[in-house]
Amino acid sequence: MKPIFATSTSLQLRLFFAVIASFSLIIVDSKFDSFANVRIYLNTAVSPLIYAADIPSEMLKGVSNNVVNRRDLRKQVKAQRDKLFIQQVQLLELKHLKEENKRLRALLNSPVHSDQRKLVAEIITVNSDPYSLQVVINKGALDGLYIGQPVLNEQGVVGQIVDVSATYSRVLLISDVTHGIPVRVQRNDIRAIANGSGELNSLNLPYMPHSTDVQVGDILVTSGLGGVFPEGYPVATVTEFSYQIGQPYAQVEAKPIVALERIRYVLLIWDGEDNSSDNETETNKGGTL
Amino acid sequence: MTPANGRLKVLLSLILALLLTVLPVPEPLDSFRPDWVLLVLGYWCMALPNRVSIGYAWITGLAVDLLLGAPLGIHSLALSIIVYIIVMNYRLIRNISLWQQALIVGFLTMLNKLIIFWAERLLFDISITPMYLWSILTTMLIWPWIFLILRKIRRQFAIR
Repeated sequence: MKPIFATSTSLQLRLFFAVIASFSLIIVDSKFDSFANVRIYLNTAVSPLIYAADIPSEMLKGVSNNVVNRRDLRKQVKAQRDKLFIQQVQLLELKHLKEENKRLRALLNSPVHSDQRKLVAEIITVNSDPYSLQVVINKGALDGLYIGQPVLNEQGVVGQIVDVSATYSRVLLISDVTHGIPVRVQRNDIRAIANGSGELNSLNLPYMPHSTDVQVGDILVTSGLGGVFPEGYPVATVTEFSYQIGQPYAQVEAKPIVALERIRYVLLIWDGEDNSSDNETETNKGGTL
Repeated sequence: MTPANGRLKVLLSLILALLLTVLPVPEPLDSFRPDWVLLVLGYWCMALPNRVSIGYAWITGLAVDLLLGAPLGIHSLALSIIVYIIVMNYRLIRNISLWQQALIVGFLTMLNKLIIFWAERLLFDISITPMYLWSILTTMLIWPWIFLILRKIRRQFAIR
């Protein structure tokens, strides 16, 4: 047994080192982007726990999938088939419009939009930091995901990737306090920034002059200006526009279009530049058919 | 029993605590989730202060940060300070009744939460909700059971 005095000093020394190490880690992690590569390895090391924590809810999902009865399934299949039929017809129209749009853009000398690589990911239900709004998805660096990648679903913008490991990633939701997204009003192209409020269902639009033509019910879409999100995806609808005399700016609030508390599947998209050849072949195929 | 074997039991209990930390629960129950890591780590530090102390706390804290997606180093900082307090006073904590221990655990949980809040506050503009403090109560209520279970494990495998 060591003398008490010696152990307590070494303990204080250890605490000193631990505190110094923690502070340097906090600073390095939040201020230096190059540390993200280290984080990938660290995240991969703890990923078994993330997947283990997801097992109970996966099992519950399996049980609820097994107890659906035949009639409900049949009804569901019929509804899906009808929906698919309608969407196929709409797709024909879309293909035509896409071609037309490409030709018109070429006439105007504007950059032509190309198809992007897409990937569907599923949400892993795990607990996360109470001070930030984020979800974990089941795709990671092995699938080519990168930090800053836009995340959408069938309704609109969900958020962006902030943290990747080999097999899972973290998505920062658009309503997180640290998140901001450049938007424009769909009706009249007024540009703004939609900042997260920290509450799941609300965004703030700061620095809007009170004379701005923004109304409750206006739809905000991504403006594509920040370089992270592609242009034209719906983000939120304006829920409040108020102005108090004496205040320099109006108070504008918006509600995300995606029901962020209920997402199960998300769509990841890549920048379309390197996929232009794929796009060519696809349109050629469309032409020969 | 060899020391390596005892270490395995300690590590397994800590991994279980980490798992319970990220385990999804229905939304209304989420703010009542006890601080499992603090409970388990606190017990081992009190029972084996010469073996489990700040080193364990720092690594476990790092794992918590990674699992929760928090800025790295925040839980390491908080847990290191908490464990320092426990290891400095382990004789006192061992010799008081279970309910008095629970009070101390409640106080330490609150301190833990305040350090985490303060550290995140330095980085982001966040605010605290009163719901966040409910888990202090559940952590206090669960301490006696954790204490009894882990003591049984420790005695059965004679981990010293």
